[in-house]
Amino acid sequence: MTGHVELRGVRKAFNEGRPNRFWAVNGIDLALPAGGVTVLSGPSGSGKTTLLTLIGCLGRPTEGRVHLDGTEISGLPEPFRAALRRQTFGFVFQRFNLVQGLSVFDNVMLPAYPIGTPYRSLRDRALDLLQGFGLGHRVDARIESLSGGEAQRTALARALINDPPVLIADEPTANLDSELSLAFLEIVSGLRREGRTLLLSSHDPLVRDAAVVDRVVELRDGRLVGDQRRSEDSR
Amino acid sequence: MNDFRGMLERQRYMVDYAVSSMARRKGRNTGLFIVYGAMVFLLASVLFYTSALQHEAGVLLAEAPEIVVQRMVAGRHDLIPTDHAEALRGIRGVREVRGRLWGYHYDPVVRANYTLLVPPEGGIAPGTAVIGPALARARGAGMGDALGLRGHDGNVFSFRIVTVLPQESALASADLLLVAETDFRELFGIPTGRYTDLTLRVPNPREVQTVATKVLEALPDSRVILREEMLRTYDAVFDWRSTLILLPLSGALFAFAILAWERASGLSADERREIGILKAVGWETGDVLRVKLWESGLLSLSAFVFGTTAAYWHVFGLSAPLLAPVMQGWSVLYPDFALTPMVDGSQMLALFFLTVFPYLAATLIPVWRAAVTDPDEVMR
Repeated sequence: MTGHVELRGVRKAFNEGRPNRFWAVNGIDLALPAGGVTVLSGPSGSGKTTLLTLIGCLGRPTEGRVHLDGTEISGLPEPFRAALRRQTFGFVFQRFNLVQGLSVFDNVMLPAYPIGTPYRSLRDRALDLLQGFGLGHRVDARIESLSGGEAQRTALARALINDPPVLIADEPTANLDSELSLAFLEIVSGLRREGRTLLLSSHDPLVRDAAVVDRVVELRDGRLVGDQRRSEDSR
Repeated sequence: MNDFRGMLERQRYMVDYAVSSMARRKGRNTGLFIVYGAMVFLLASVLFYTSALQHEAGVLLAEAPEIVVQRMVAGRHDLIPTDHAEALRGIRGVREVRGRLWGYHYDPVVRANYTLLVPPEGGIAPGTAVIGPALARARGAGMGDALGLRGHDGNVFSFRIVTVLPQESALASADLLLVAETDFRELFGIPTGRYTDLTLRVPNPREVQTVATKVLEALPDSRVILREEMLRTYDAVFDWRSTLILLPLSGALFAFAILAWERASGLSADERREIGILKAVGWETGDVLRVKLWESGLLSLSAFVFGTTAAYWHVFGLSAPLLAPVMQGWSVLYPDFALTPMVDGSQMLALFFLTVFPYLAATLIPVWRAAVTDPDEVMR
C-alpha cells in the first residue's frame, strides 16, 4: 500500500478578504511516511481538523502544496481530487456525517456508487466490514437509531469500503466513552497491521498515549510546535 | 465491455439513490407533484379543448360552400332576390349557385333560440320537422310528437317530429330545426323568390378570391363571406376564449409556478449537508448532478404525464365540465357532445418544454452551486 503524504509551506485562511480573516493553518512543513499511525494533537482551534481536510482533499490550501507519493494533489482539478477521496483516502468525521434516513448498509456502500462496483461484490464487502465491526445485526437499522459507537463503526466501514490506503479520522473518540475508545484503538491497531496509513486528530490522552501510535505531531495556533516519534521499544 | 457494465451499474446506483432520496422527502415531493400536476392539467386542458374545437370547426366547415353572398341594405343583412343568383351563374369558376333559407326563432317556452333551416337537398315533407338533440331535450319532445311554433303573423304552426338528429352531430345540430321550404316561408313571411343568402361552389381554391371580387363587382349591394375567413374566425374565437380562460387563471398559475420554483430551487440545510457528505466520500459534481437530475426528472415527468392524462380524460372523457361554459360560447341550448380526441404534437412539445425544463433548471442550478464547492465548506 502507498500513502506517503508531504506538506510544504501549507497555509489555510478563512474569511479571506474580510476584516475577520484568520489563518487556521499557518505554514506547516511535514512528511508522513506511508504506514503507521500519526496523531495530530493540540487544543481546540489549533488547526488539526483543517490540516486533515487539506490532506484528505476536502479543501484546498490557500498557500503551499500537499503531495501524495511524490505527486502534488492540492492543485489537481476537482474530478481527480474526488477520485482520491474515493479511493485513496477514507474519512471518518467527528460527527460521523452519515446520511440521515438511509440504513447502515446503504450508508456504507455510498462511496462505491460512482465506481460502479458490481452489486454482489459490493454487498459482500459491505457485509464483511459490518460483521467485522460487530454491526452484522444492525445492517438494516436507520442511522437515526444508532448509538455513538455504532455510528462511528458505520462511518469506519464506509471509509474502508473502497479499501483506501490512507484512513483519516477526526477526533474519533470525542463522542465515545473509555470502553468504546479502547475498542476503536483496537480497530486502529488492526488497520495498521494491514499496512494502512492512519492519520488521527485528537486531544484525548487515551489516543495520544496509545501503544498503537507511532508519532504525535503537536499543533498550536495553526503551527507545528512538536513532533514526537516513538520507537518500537518505547511502545 | 467492463467499462460499459460499470457505467450501467453506476447509473443503477444513481437511480436507486434518487428514488430513495425522493422517498426520504415524501411530504415535500408529494406537495410538488400535486402543484405541478395541477398546473400541467389546467394548461393541457385548455390546449386540448381549444385544438379539439378548432378541429371540429374545421370538419364542419369542410363541407360548407366556399363563398356565401348576403345582400346588405343600409348596412344590415337583407333577403336576397333570385335574380341576384342569376347574375352570379355566369362568373367563371362558379360551379353552382344556390339560395339558402335559414333563420332564428325565439321560443318563449324554453327561453331559447332555435336555428331553423331548409335543407338544400329538400326531403322534408310540409308539416314535419327534424330536430336537434338539445332541442328535443329542452322541449321533452320525441319522434311523432307535435312541436308548435308561433309564426310572424301570430298564428301557431304545428310540426310533427319525424326525426331527432343523433347525438354525434350535436356540436353542429344541437338547436337545429329542419323544415320544408313552404313551411319556412309561411312561418317567417318570406315571399317566394327571396332567400336568406346565396351559396357559391368554387372547386378551385385559387379562384375563390377572384370570384369574390367579381361577385362584389356584379352585386355592389352584397357582402361576400369566404369559408377560409370563417375558419380563421373560428380559430381566432377559440384562441380568444382560451386566452379568456388563461388570463384570470394566469395569476393562479403564476402563484403555482413561484411556489414550485421556490420549493424546488431552495436547498435546505440538510440537502446542502448531504451534498457535502456525498462529495466528501468521493462523489464527483457530475454524480451529484446526475442523482438530482434523476430526482427532478422523475418528479416532473410523472407530474407531466399525470397532468396531461388527467386533462385528456377531463376534455375527451368528461367533455371538459370545467371549461365548456366559456369555451363553447354563451348559449341556452348547450350541445351535449363528446369531442373527437385531438392532440397537437407540437403543442404538447411546447407544454413539455415550458413546464419540465424550467423545473429542471430551477432544481439543478442550486445543486450545481452547492456541488462545485469544496466539501469542507458545504459541511461547515
